[in-house]
Amino acid sequence: MSEPGTAETAAVTATRPSLGRIFKVFLMAGAISFGGGVVAYLREYLVRGEGWLNDDDFLDALEVSQTLPGLNSVNLSVVVGDRMRGVVGAAVAVAGILLPGMFIVMTLGVLWEEQHHNVLVKNFLIGVAVAAVGLLATVTVQLGHRQLTHWLDLTLLMATFAAVSVFHLSLVIVLLTIGPLAVWIYRPGSHHGDREIKLPHPHFHKRHGLLRD
Amino acid sequence: MKLLNLFWVFTLLGLLAVGGGTAVLPEMQRMTVHHFHWITDNQFRSIYSIGQVAPGPNMLMVMLIGYKLAGSLGAIVVGVGFFLPDCILTLFANRLWVHFAASPWRKAIQRGMAPVAIGLMLAGMMAIARLAVFNLAGVAIAITVFATLLWRHVNPALVIMAGGIVYLVSTSLA
Repeated sequence: MSEPGTAETAAVTATRPSLGRIFKVFLMAGAISFGGGVVAYLREYLVRGEGWLNDDDFLDALEVSQTLPGLNSVNLSVVVGDRMRGVVGAAVAVAGILLPGMFIVMTLGVLWEEQHHNVLVKNFLIGVAVAAVGLLATVTVQLGHRQLTHWLDLTLLMATFAAVSVFHLSLVIVLLTIGPLAVWIYRPGSHHGDREIKLPHPHFHKRHGLLRD
Repeated sequence: MKLLNLFWVFTLLGLLAVGGGTAVLPEMQRMTVHHFHWITDNQFRSIYSIGQVAPGPNMLMVMLIGYKLAGSLGAIVVGVGFFLPDCILTLFANRLWVHFAASPWRKAIQRGMAPVAIGLMLAGMMAIARLAVFNLAGVAIAITVFATLLWRHVNPALVIMAGGIVYLVSTSLA
């Protein structure tokens, strides 16, 4: 009996590391990724370090993780954990990726509460947010350069942006209107869908190296 | 009642994060600051920044919104609400996704949702920019970070820390 959902990923399921090992590796990625960019650390550990996936498998898993709702890094942990050791593997991987940051965020949060009148702390945190804006701008350009240069994609992109940022519409409403419209535009058989420009092997660092969530 | 509201708001936010955590920032600000008045805009900005400094997913900072409102229990409720339902959804959706590998609709969803996800990411960036970039030092740091990272890869931890320190020093000198 093969586990459900793993039939087409034989190459990946060939590696069945122990649950303890999975936990340890995801815990390391979760603990060392200061400043974000967990996805890049996961690639480093899973592909280069452990060799559990090759680069193509990793990018496939990342593609799914980006399309499904939720954080890319957490979704990636679920997908990879599930492929290696089923539901328990996914749970162990997610616990590993979240636990270190959870403790550090809570510790920093308690310290911040105590220092909330400290203007130095306040200004440092403003500077961090300012730097994050620059980082997010870079990620948007790296991930979206195709969407930013194609008129139909750019229209969908700007419509989504305007609905949220200018008109402050509820995200549920935005996703339930523009989402189905966008999928319908690219529906199977539409001439827009045929003209897809697939980048053969995106260079990881150029596109996902700074990915943050 | 407060805990219940926290739970469903963050469950919803977790499930709406199309393309990653940044996508959901405007909605998070709308709900927690403007609708429920759980925190102020400035607190939202500070909590966001704490998430940027810590390791792991930056969005772990949501737990601090729960903590601010209802202590440790609030943090746990928000953490479970934000991560657990989404993980369960991802688990089953991914298995379906693999099952429908050959379906042309899979490509249509991926292709169609990509520009929507980038638009949401841009909106998330704008939400933080509106809260944090309000003087010359801020504009200069944001543009420097953007230009530097387009030109060469720098560890994001260094970028984040440098941004905080440079801004701190520039405001102390002014």
